[in-house]
Amino acid sequence: MNIIVCIKQVPDTTEVRIDPITKNLVREGVKSIVNPFDAYAIEEGVRLKEKFGGKVIALTMGPPQADAVLREAISLGCDEGVLVTDRAFAGSDTLATSYTLSKAIEKIKDYDIIICGKQAVDGDTAQVGPGIAATLDIPQITYVRKIDEIKDGLITAERATEDGYEIAQTKLPCLLTVVKEVNVPRLPSLKGKMKAKSAVITMWKAADIGGEENRLGLKGSPTEVWKIFTPPPRPQGKIYEGDAKEAVNQLVDAIKVINR
Amino acid sequence: MIDYLLTEEQLMIRDLCRQIADEKIRPMAAELDKTEEFPWEIMKVMAQSDLFGVYIDPKYGGMGGGVFELCIATEEFSKACGGIALCYSASALGTYPIILYGNDEQKQKYLPDLASGKKLAAFGLTEPSAGSDASALQTTADKQGDHYILNGVKHFITNGGDAETYTIIAMTDKKKGARGASLFVVEKGTPGFTFGKKEDKMGIRASSTRELIFNNCKIPKENLLGKEGMGFIAAMRTFDQSRPGIGAQALGIAQGALDHALRYSKQRKQFGQSISSFQGIQWMLADMATQVEASRALVYASAREVDAGKKDVAMHSAMAKMFASDVAMKVATDAVQIFGGYGYMKEYPAEKYMRDAKITQIYEGTNQIQRNIIAMALIKEMAK
Repeated sequence: MNIIVCIKQVPDTTEVRIDPITKNLVREGVKSIVNPFDAYAIEEGVRLKEKFGGKVIALTMGPPQADAVLREAISLGCDEGVLVTDRAFAGSDTLATSYTLSKAIEKIKDYDIIICGKQAVDGDTAQVGPGIAATLDIPQITYVRKIDEIKDGLITAERATEDGYEIAQTKLPCLLTVVKEVNVPRLPSLKGKMKAKSAVITMWKAADIGGEENRLGLKGSPTEVWKIFTPPPRPQGKIYEGDAKEAVNQLVDAIKVINR
Repeated sequence: MIDYLLTEEQLMIRDLCRQIADEKIRPMAAELDKTEEFPWEIMKVMAQSDLFGVYIDPKYGGMGGGVFELCIATEEFSKACGGIALCYSASALGTYPIILYGNDEQKQKYLPDLASGKKLAAFGLTEPSAGSDASALQTTADKQGDHYILNGVKHFITNGGDAETYTIIAMTDKKKGARGASLFVVEKGTPGFTFGKKEDKMGIRASSTRELIFNNCKIPKENLLGKEGMGFIAAMRTFDQSRPGIGAQALGIAQGALDHALRYSKQRKQFGQSISSFQGIQWMLADMATQVEASRALVYASAREVDAGKKDVAMHSAMAKMFASDVAMKVATDAVQIFGGYGYMKEYPAEKYMRDAKITQIYEGTNQIQRNIIAMALIKEMAK
């Protein structure tokens, strides 16, 4: 089973700063890490490899320094790293990113499952995973919290929802995005770290993946950032207390008001 | 910290061990100290990260380093918990006799599982009436045909009961005294080999300490390491290799206690300012840091000397063990002092470092025995 894990290098902070003019992330002076949700994707990919055989390729788009996250992925058990890097990709939004990664995946060609983290902690859009599936025209299961079974070209998985979970089944090849309940990522091994240090990272430029120029980078990005802010925390729920009967009546009244 | 010019590989080991110490050991240290539960989960993480093999030949599944690499790992783990670190390093102590005295067949048989961390090892020398006087051993190994029959009791054995592979010293010829001792490998599950109760200790409580009880325990003659009569020398040579490791454990405990004390001294306010602004505290911190660095220099230097294959390393490895453990006791005690009343409370981390530090002055030869070794070596050298 061949697996591609899509990962992203993100700044190591939850409070990212935004350049007021370009509306892009300020990366200077901030330590970069593997997007925390992608760590679960890496682990799940490596576990599938350990169970079914095959190999795991880690894929990222970013500046040349992003090869650090690919090396980290290799230290955690991935076999190869592919970095898609070109000035032409600068300013990509989620659409252009999905397109670019899809072109790279088409070039890798031989895969059964693509795994992404549910979202990146810098932009929090959760769009690139589904965007890749749409571009490649393959099925997807998002928010996977458990893979139940992979058999006869079919995958069955539990996808987390706000109030429980759904069981979804689809054909391979497919794309999964995973939530943190899916596994507990391992720490790197010494052999993995040594392998990562000497690993040769495959670097592809725009010409290598053969994308249409107007779908790459800023040109291929219809998104315009108008404003970025931290959403206010969800307000606390109301608890009706006191006499049970009275409290239930108050609760029912409140529901009626909402339903109106 | 002084730059000890570690190789890239050694830096990798250090960083990985530090990550394990911070993410896996530190959060569990207080809990396991209380429950005395053996840290199997953490042993599994260390195993998965290839750390049990850092001092073992790649030919037998290891990573190819030596005592120095073992010391780096032990130091990092000990910063977070001296007890959990000991479960790791005591396995190395049990493994060294096989590395030093095993033939190729024995190495092929035992080392790969120890290098991968699939099995832990333990070393059994001490007996109820043979501590510092290791020549007073009572445990016997009688040769009968193709087998040896073991009888006797080892006690205070670290990893006892939890380890799978035991290297033990027993008398094959009591009349010869120390020259009648031999070294054997005994595997858990061998009929006639059982364990006593788990000891309730002052410190290093996450590590297990039990008696090994041999009652007509029959082992094949192939389990003899080296030759008959070499047991005592083998034990001494094993300690020459392992003492820098005890030094590293003590060093880690001292550094961990210092780190806590330094951080606390910044946070704790009295008379309207951080206590770190008082010269009385500053001088304590300065002394502690200097002592820790001096013990690191000595531990690293002696470990490197062992790895370089120098012949007479007994004196320097004794110095490393003795100095680092005396420093650990002093620094951990001073850390409690800086924490003041809070330092005496189990809710704060300082007192545990003090309890953990104490054993490093006692085991693998008390520091009084280390001084004997150093003095003997000095006098011998002068007589040359």
